[in-house]
Amino acid sequence: MDRHSIVRVVGVTKTFTLGKMPVQVLRGVDLEVAAGEYLSIMGPSGSGKSTLFNMIGGLDKPTSGRVFIDEVDISQLDAYELAWLRNRKIGYIFQTFNLIPVMSALENVTLPMIFAGMQSDHAVDKGRALLDLVGLGERFLHKPAELSGGQQQRVAIARALANDPAIILADEPTGNLDSSTGEEIIALLQKMSGERGVTIISATHDFKMLNVSDRVVWIRDGRIDRIENRDELSISIGTIQERHETA
Amino acid sequence: MSVATDRPGSGKISRQIVLPWGKSLSMAINSLRIRFFRSLVTTFSLVLAIAFLGFTLTGSAVARELFRLHGEAALPLLSSAGYAVDAAGHGLSAGAKELWLIALSLLVCTVGIVNAQLMSVTERFREIGIMKCLGALDRIILRLFLLEALIVGVVGSGAGALLGLSASLAASLLHYAALDFSGLSLAPLLAQAGKAWATGVGLSLLGVLYPAILAAKLQPIIVMREEH
Repeated sequence: MDRHSIVRVVGVTKTFTLGKMPVQVLRGVDLEVAAGEYLSIMGPSGSGKSTLFNMIGGLDKPTSGRVFIDEVDISQLDAYELAWLRNRKIGYIFQTFNLIPVMSALENVTLPMIFAGMQSDHAVDKGRALLDLVGLGERFLHKPAELSGGQQQRVAIARALANDPAIILADEPTGNLDSSTGEEIIALLQKMSGERGVTIISATHDFKMLNVSDRVVWIRDGRIDRIENRDELSISIGTIQERHETA
Repeated sequence: MSVATDRPGSGKISRQIVLPWGKSLSMAINSLRIRFFRSLVTTFSLVLAIAFLGFTLTGSAVARELFRLHGEAALPLLSSAGYAVDAAGHGLSAGAKELWLIALSLLVCTVGIVNAQLMSVTERFREIGIMKCLGALDRIILRLFLLEALIVGVVGSGAGALLGLSASLAASLLHYAALDFSGLSLAPLLAQAGKAWATGVGLSLLGVLYPAILAAKLQPIIVMREEH
């Protein structure tokens, strides 16, 4: 598999209007993400990290600039194509898990496959297999409320993988989990990235995420502050953590 | 994975997102079942309004049948019940007050349904947003809400129409006890009850239309907002 860029962000700016004041949240961001990469976006709240993240996921449109997913400019897509993109190309994982509360784990995982037109039996088989893969084989009939946070996030990961997406977007996936459960989820994401070649892009505060990332993008004041590769990271991470803890 | 990578461009983006009718129906039923008490409240206002409509409509039908069977002989009892022979002299009409009451009760019922459905949409903002993130189209969300309303309409107004029919039969038997009911045809009564039923289904769909469109137009980004 050639390492083409699966996500390309070109000169993206975003301006929100708060009351009558225009606030520029992103001031021109350029970024390329290679297929199969594990990328973390780090930055304090208000840095524009979430906005950038939402743009890549097709959840928000840039004021100017372009976002390409698999070389397709997603600002040019109509509602049907965007829905298809969300269904097939991108899997979302959220801080608050965002499972559908009235559905069982299995129903949550099969829903994207049903939307994709997969036959019910096949969807159920694949859903069971995915839940096995994330270590929830036995609990497929449980409702989200009957599962722990870590288990819910596992269901969300299985759901994100349902249609074999090219990209998984994880927004603070460990934000609502205790430290050890968070580590399990990170390990699971890393395993998926390694075994399935899924590109993982994750917005995070969690320093544990950095160890598994191929690259880390630091966002500050609506711009990319710096991009670090994994080998550079291992050196600087101790000092970052210290700085963070003393702050 | 890399099947499509050699051909960059819009060719890879397709537009096929589906939700089969059978699956839509089971999702709608499931959603009603799980929010049973909320569904019950919505349904109940419909049951009452349609029971009232059915009661009035079938009551008139009974009166017309009795007038057909007994002619002038039935008139004193019928006019004491509020019916009047119309100008042409071959039909009965209910008073204007009654029509007014019916219109009012249907209006109240519709407002009740819109209100209950708006609440239900608001409660489900996140759920709708999640479905949108998973690829749901506007029309899939719209269809789910319409199906739920259709089920509520069919069941609720069916029950209401039956309730109204039996109540008006019982009331007629009591009120017109002096008259002979043999020869009374049930067909016009059932037709009126059917009319009440259809009205209820129509109202239920009408009432959900605005909330459902509101739900369908929600942007998937709402799931990124903080939990309230």
